[in-house]
Amino acid sequence: MTTALIAGREIHVDEEGFMTDPAEWNEEMAAVLAKNIGIDELTPDHWKVIRYLREDLAAQGETPTLRRVSLNIGITTKQLFELFPKKPGKKMAYLAGVPKPKGCI
Amino acid sequence: MTTETEVRTPAFLSKETDRKVCFICSKGNLDMAYPALIMANGAVGEGIETHLFFTFWGLDMINRKTMNDLKFTLLGNTAMHPPRHFGVSMHQALGGLPGMTRMATRMLRKQIAAQGVPPVPEFLDLLVESGAKLWACKMSVDMMGLTMDDLHPGVSGIINVAEFLELSDEAQIVFV
Repeated sequence: MTTALIAGREIHVDEEGFMTDPAEWNEEMAAVLAKNIGIDELTPDHWKVIRYLREDLAAQGETPTLRRVSLNIGITTKQLFELFPKKPGKKMAYLAGVPKPKGCI
Repeated sequence: MTTETEVRTPAFLSKETDRKVCFICSKGNLDMAYPALIMANGAVGEGIETHLFFTFWGLDMINRKTMNDLKFTLLGNTAMHPPRHFGVSMHQALGGLPGMTRMATRMLRKQIAAQGVPPVPEFLDLLVESGAKLWACKMSVDMMGLTMDDLHPGVSGIINVAEFLELSDEAQIVFV
């Protein structure tokens, strides 16, 4: 297990850079993580997705997939690709400090 | 006061991909429609340029008249294991009985929906929304007497083999 310095704190991450302990995450960290993946500003829609990911992981024990996110919080797949360009599933998980989604769809 | 922190790109983004993948969909059975749709969905979500080319019976997947009505049959399907074996177990020859295809189709649809996977037309919408491109094969379209108006609205165009080969230059091609 490696660690990375995020917002001045040592955080546990896996080899791809995802945080391994969601409890180490906090909201201030999200802004720093966003810059790391080329998102300059977190909009209310970004936050809606981030919060849902954390809530759903806590409730289901698994990071939700893009489809689950879009069906449950009313943000379309198209919007998800706009909010988190190219790799929406991984980018949203990275920002929320949760493991990358495992589901296929 | 905050200090400017250094941008540290995470490992999952450090390798820019110029990967491109083309799926050739040649089958019109319900069970053969999904593999390419699911893989294409995964590919486009990884930032990979993704195209689907529908040819021959695969055209049924994007034909407005048939896309809602793809079928699954037990007949000739060796994955239908003998009864009490495992999974879906029903002798394939039973597929010849009246109403069997309808029943098997209904069962498979239900199983697919239970996985949170949408029906074919909605899945195509999802792919287009995600940035994948859908293409119809010219010869198949001509053979079946169809035009763009007969196809799913997300289809980008009707192209011939030469155009498909140009499109798939340097791409990984997956034939289904």
